Amino acid sequence: MQTILRLATRILFISYLSTTYCQSEMVPIKGGTYTPLYGRDSLQVTISDFQMDVYPVTNKAFLEFVKKYPKWQRSQVKKIFADGNYLIGWTSDTELGKKQSVNAPITSISWFAASNYCECQGKRLPTIDEWEYVAMANKTMPDARQLEDYNKYILGWYEKPKTFNNEVGYTFKNYWGVYDLHGLVWEWTLDFNSVLVSGESRKDVDNDSNLFCGSAAIGATDLMNYAAFMRYATRGSLKAKYAMKNLGFRCVKDIIEEQ
Amino acid sequence: MKCEGKKTYNHSGSCPVCKMDLKPVQKSTKELSNNEISEESIFNLTTKWNTEEGETIQLEDLKGKTLVIVMIYTTCKAACPRLVADMRNIEAKIPKENLKNLQFVLVSIDPETDTPQRLKAFAKENFMDGEQWTFLQGTTSSVREFANVLAVKYKQISPMDFSHSNIISVFNSGGELMHQQEGLGVDNKETIQTILDLTSK
Repeated sequence: MQTILRLATRILFISYLSTTYCQSEMVPIKGGTYTPLYGRDSLQVTISDFQMDVYPVTNKAFLEFVKKYPKWQRSQVKKIFADGNYLIGWTSDTELGKKQSVNAPITSISWFAASNYCECQGKRLPTIDEWEYVAMANKTMPDARQLEDYNKYILGWYEKPKTFNNEVGYTFKNYWGVYDLHGLVWEWTLDFNSVLVSGESRKDVDNDSNLFCGSAAIGATDLMNYAAFMRYATRGSLKAKYAMKNLGFRCVKDIIEEQ
Repeated sequence: MKCEGKKTYNHSGSCPVCKMDLKPVQKSTKELSNNEISEESIFNLTTKWNTEEGETIQLEDLKGKTLVIVMIYTTCKAACPRLVADMRNIEAKIPKENLKNLQFVLVSIDPETDTPQRLKAFAKENFMDGEQWTFLQGTTSSVREFANVLAVKYKQISPMDFSHSNIISVFNSGGELMHQQEGLGVDNKETIQTILDLTSK
């Protein structure tokens, strides 16, 4: 298994060198089984091995992307793929805003733009389960969710304004070698639209979600996990063309084992 | 001049209610010639889909007809049979002469199971094998993208089951979303009216 993994990593590294420019550095994530806040029927979710970008995609990288793919420039983007807030802080189609750092995470992008960015690099957005799996790590442990400071740190960040102006790498490097999952920006996920809080977050369900607004939390596996609940709730409220100032993204890639 | 909601004023100045400056009304959509599609059109999606007849199409190939679209999967035991019934109930209320300008589209959210053959069999079983019915099989990513355009939510909850929003969407012949009906077995009066308006032109 180890050898296969090493081989696969090497193959990926070679393909990494040969494909397009400005690809972010990636690290391998060893898959496993965990219980997310919202699970499937069985509660446990199994994650396969994959690679994840070490940092969120930066302003600089996204700028290169829109230069290469003009259809994602602010004046060119189709309304069906992005709302009016798309790249709203930029000075022009190919210029960042005066106060925007090249190394800050890109925000104000829609799911369609983020998804296409990853695709153009032979990658994809992480699934919610993959994202949450990596994000439950602190500096030293793959699953730090039971630790009080872990949750305090995240909730502390939720209270801080404008952290999206900070540069990537601003927060800590976690157990997997991934930076900034908490403390910089919220991130798009591939299947953000699968968040069906209380089975269904729209009104066509037969339970009593209309009766009390916090009822969604009843479906959670650990009611103490408020920080994660905030993330699921936010994802559930998004539409794919929304562009938000504090919402960025990063990409992942499957590890294709040698046949 | 415009400020509060849909209220307009024929002079500049400030709104008597909120005191904010009035802004000139902008024409929301410019007139498009017949062959152009608007920025809001689903025909901007360029992914390829398989039909139940084994053809490969892009959504744009459906241009020119009013589209009534729903997302389903054929192994569904709970909501989908009702959604399918809702689609048939809508069809039943549309006069024959309007049907020729109408296409009912059922998009599978389970592209692995719902092969064109399976969709064809499903169409026959459910008496939806006529010209006005189209079933589409995409890929995992094209289905996700399409659901995002419709604001349909879905999640695989076991290998055989998906949880999903029950939404029937009506698009005009240019692929622009005109109406969405949410829920199961709901009153489809508005949906029917939208379809009649669009297909009677």
